[in-house]
Formats: sequence, structure tokens, C-alpha cells
Amino acid sequence: MADPMRIRAQAAGDKATVRVLMSHEMETGQRKDSAGKAIPAWFIQEVTATHNGKPVLSAQWGPSVSKNPFMQFNVKGAKAGDKIAVTWTDNKNDKRTDEATVS
Amino acid sequence: MQTRRKMLTQSAQVAGLLATAGLLPQAAQAAWSQAAFDAKTLAEAVKALGGGAPAESKDVSITGPDIAENGAVVPVGCSTGLAGVKMLALMVEKNPSALAAVFTVSDSVDANFNTRVKMGQSSNVFAVAIMNDGKVLYAAKEIKVTLGGCGG
Repeated sequence: MADPMRIRAQAAGDKATVRVLMSHEMETGQRKDSAGKAIPAWFIQEVTATHNGKPVLSAQWGPSVSKNPFMQFNVKGAKAGDKIAVTWTDNKNDKRTDEATVS
Repeated sequence: MQTRRKMLTQSAQVAGLLATAGLLPQAAQAAWSQAAFDAKTLAEAVKALGGGAPAESKDVSITGPDIAENGAVVPVGCSTGLAGVKMLALMVEKNPSALAAVFTVSDSVDANFNTRVKMGQSSNVFAVAIMNDGKVLYAAKEIKVTLGGCGG
């Protein structure tokens, strides 16, 4: 299981800004190790976010997203106390879900 | 003799079969679009995502640094004020596969996303908005990458 994500959700007016920092290698499959062998690709393919259990965002990522990816988005109608959950799935079918409360 | 009604039922069946097999673009969007991420150019990637011919637009904006000192972590953002956006994509022109990320916009999120991408070399970065009616609008920004870190 991968390390937890860091999620911060802050309400501002009628929406909340959510910042997510995930912990993932995001290996492109282009790099080679010291023996000259290609390092297999390992990256997050899908990211979804829910607001109080309702899906609000889905994203597909390629290998060119940076290592330990950062993502920021705004959820409309979210207020303090609401729950924002973020899930990612990588190409090895590993998954991780973390939840944060809007402050 | 084939009547029009028969033909309509048959084509509906065929469409249903295609949808279950994941061959229709709408069905394919649920899964990770391999074709789009394999595409080498902006036009190819947009086509794989189900959009038409891309056109440059002032209504789509891209944010990022003019010069990135470290190509492994380049903060970029894409946004648009237009209504009826289906997807927002970020693409790096000279990367081995152009497409970096696709965000599906719903009613509950703003069409405004920020993330960080890797860049192999200085190149144009595109923010691409695919509209509900199939129109494709984009904005481009050139980001220079100084791998040596001399800031030059």
C-alpha cells in the first residue's frame, strides 16, 4: 500500500479549493537503470474525487505527470465540514483513497 | 425486403453490441484511453479523445512559468470560463507521448485545474478544452526548460 495522500480543502465563498499531494513514483517507462535495462512504467492512471460521496471529478493521467503528483481543483457548493475524498488507481491496479474535511 | 423499422431496430442492436464491447467513444471514456496517451501530437490525441479539429482560442488559458529550472516538476494549470466544457487536457508537445492529463469536468467542479508535469525539453504546452458539442479549443504556452539549473 502506498503512502497516504495529503489533502487540504479550504472553503472560500461558495466553493472549496482542494489541493492534493499524492505519494507515487510515476515512473515513465522511458528511463533505464545502471545496467541499461528499461525501468517498467508505473504511474497513476485514474484519479477520482467525491464530495460527500457524490463523484465530482474524474481524471486520466499519463506518465508525464510529475513524481509525487500535485493536483488542485475547485468544488462548487462545498462548505466547511463537508467531506472530500480522493482515489487514485495506478497501472499496477494499486489503489488508495484518502479523505479530508473542508475547513 | 428491409423496411425502415427493421433497419432501425437492427442498427440499435448493433450500437448496443458496440457499446458493450467498448467500441463506441462514450463507452471507451470510462476506461483509461490508451490510444490518446499513445498519441504523439496534439491533433492525434484530441482525435483519440473524441474531439474534432483543434482551434486556438482566447477563452482557454494556460498558466505556467516562462522558464522551468527543473523539467521533472513544472507547475502548469489549465482553465476556461466557457460553459459546456466536457474535458480539459494538458499536453506537452515534445514529450514522447504528448498527452499528460485529462480532467473530466462535471457541474460541481470549476473548469480550472492545476498540476505538475514532466518535460523532457523546452516545448509548447497546450491546454485543450473539448466541448460538449465536439469543438476543440486550445491555448499554447512555450515553457523553456533549463536542465543545467543555471537559470539561463
